[in-house]
Amino acid sequence: MKRVLANPLACWGLAITLITLLLALFAPAIAPYDPDAIDVKQILLSPSASHWMGTDGLGRDVFSRMLFGARISLMVGFVAVGIATIIGVLLGAISGYYRGWVDIFIMRLVDVMLSIPTFFLILAVIAFLTPSIWNIMIVIGLTSWMGVTRLVRAEFLSLREREFVLSAKALGAGDLRLIFRHLLPNSLTPIIVSTVLGIASAVLVESGLSFLGLGVQPPQASWGNILTDGKEYIQFAWWLSLFPGLAILFTVLGYNLLGEGLRDALDPRTTN
Amino acid sequence: MSDIILSASHLTKTYRQRSGRFGFGRKLVKALDDVSINIKTGSTLAIVGESGSGKSTLARCLLQLLPLDAGTVQFQGQDLAALSGDALRAVRRHLQMVFQDPFASLNPRMKVGEIVGEGLLIHNLGDAQERTRKVLQMLERVGLSAADINKYPHEFSGGQRQRVGIARALVLEPKLVICDEPVSALDVSIQAQILLLLKELQQEMGLSYLFISHDLRIVRHMADEIAVMHDGKIVEQGEVESIYSSPQQAYTQNLLNSIPGRQRRTASLI
Repeated sequence: MKRVLANPLACWGLAITLITLLLALFAPAIAPYDPDAIDVKQILLSPSASHWMGTDGLGRDVFSRMLFGARISLMVGFVAVGIATIIGVLLGAISGYYRGWVDIFIMRLVDVMLSIPTFFLILAVIAFLTPSIWNIMIVIGLTSWMGVTRLVRAEFLSLREREFVLSAKALGAGDLRLIFRHLLPNSLTPIIVSTVLGIASAVLVESGLSFLGLGVQPPQASWGNILTDGKEYIQFAWWLSLFPGLAILFTVLGYNLLGEGLRDALDPRTTN
Repeated sequence: MSDIILSASHLTKTYRQRSGRFGFGRKLVKALDDVSINIKTGSTLAIVGESGSGKSTLARCLLQLLPLDAGTVQFQGQDLAALSGDALRAVRRHLQMVFQDPFASLNPRMKVGEIVGEGLLIHNLGDAQERTRKVLQMLERVGLSAADINKYPHEFSGGQRQRVGIARALVLEPKLVICDEPVSALDVSIQAQILLLLKELQQEMGLSYLFISHDLRIVRHMADEIAVMHDGKIVEQGEVESIYSSPQQAYTQNLLNSIPGRQRRTASLI
């Protein structure tokens, strides 16, 4: 942790992710207005003291919608990455531990999945399902586990030849004990790093889907569909596009910086 | 035959390597070529040989950590190569190993107490209290303190880590311990302490050792019998004194002559 804080970029990443997380968590307490309250007398007001980020085409307060949108966007990110990590760790562990034909099968499955452009796969799948926040989480999760699988497999392949694993085997340890007590705890570092980096890309994918109208459905706010609302008014209501754009930019940047900072700090090969 | 604790006969292990420009060719590397050894109860058999002669492969094959291509390993009247699953696990309690590299052989994410107690846990020996007591007893016996139980391996020096490794193997009260170059990664001053500890424990617990080493000075001190390995074969086998005083094979003579200081001494005698 000390080494993470010693890296200025990682500090920025940590600060950004913590701030967005807290804003999302306490959205109901912070938000000055009901994010869904329509007020036709206050349409498209520019940012002012009473509406910090202005109002949208239906008179809703953009700042409040941004806060509640952060909840949705981050939740999609976390849950989707959680699903991807669980699948990835399980398949990677099986692949790296048992090797043989199971390994070949799983690795070819990874190759097949990686050869399909993920965003178009998600688009195609979502088109068949009703677009809801749960479907999006699951679909993003089910299409982004390949990186983790490869990482965990590679870690297991190198760790299983180490003497402490051999010694546990010589003690009589079974497969489950070897995997969960010896191999997995020693592969945590790359898993954590890829999880943090994965959140950034999941947030981006969700925003993209919502922008195209295939993600979170209105009136529920997400950064992506606030952007969509804004594109109709972009010539005279810049605030509708600017703030969600900046929010997405900084969140993705924050998680990427944090992820790379963690990687540098936790990797014993990089010394500072 | 009751005084033979482990008898391995005609062990063969071959590694396949891809060769040729596109990897279609196969090159066979014989790591073990018809190796037979017997270990007498309560004694030490040393395996000596240069690096790459198959010593470590032999150790791992005896423990069934690597599958054998052919041959049998009789341990206490059971053929280990034919065992699997729970039966093999049960035998492992009596057949332990001390590894070469004290920095790689301890799980960096487990406390010393967990490392030493893991075998007891696996074999379900005693309740939690009993296990802790045994772990403490063993740690103190190998020269560590009770406070070390909550420390992680990186807090120890190489010699202390090797003591942890010895405690881990011996807490199960094994009959036979395979020591794979147990001191070659340690400072010379520490080596003597660890060797002495191993000798003391052998007498106290009635252990038999298979002692793998490339250092002939250590072997002379530790072993009762010696088997010299070269290119996966055992070229000479016998009592320590007879091998050191009158080596029969040219390879053994070369090996003995390579001991620092020995050549000079023999030269001055002539």
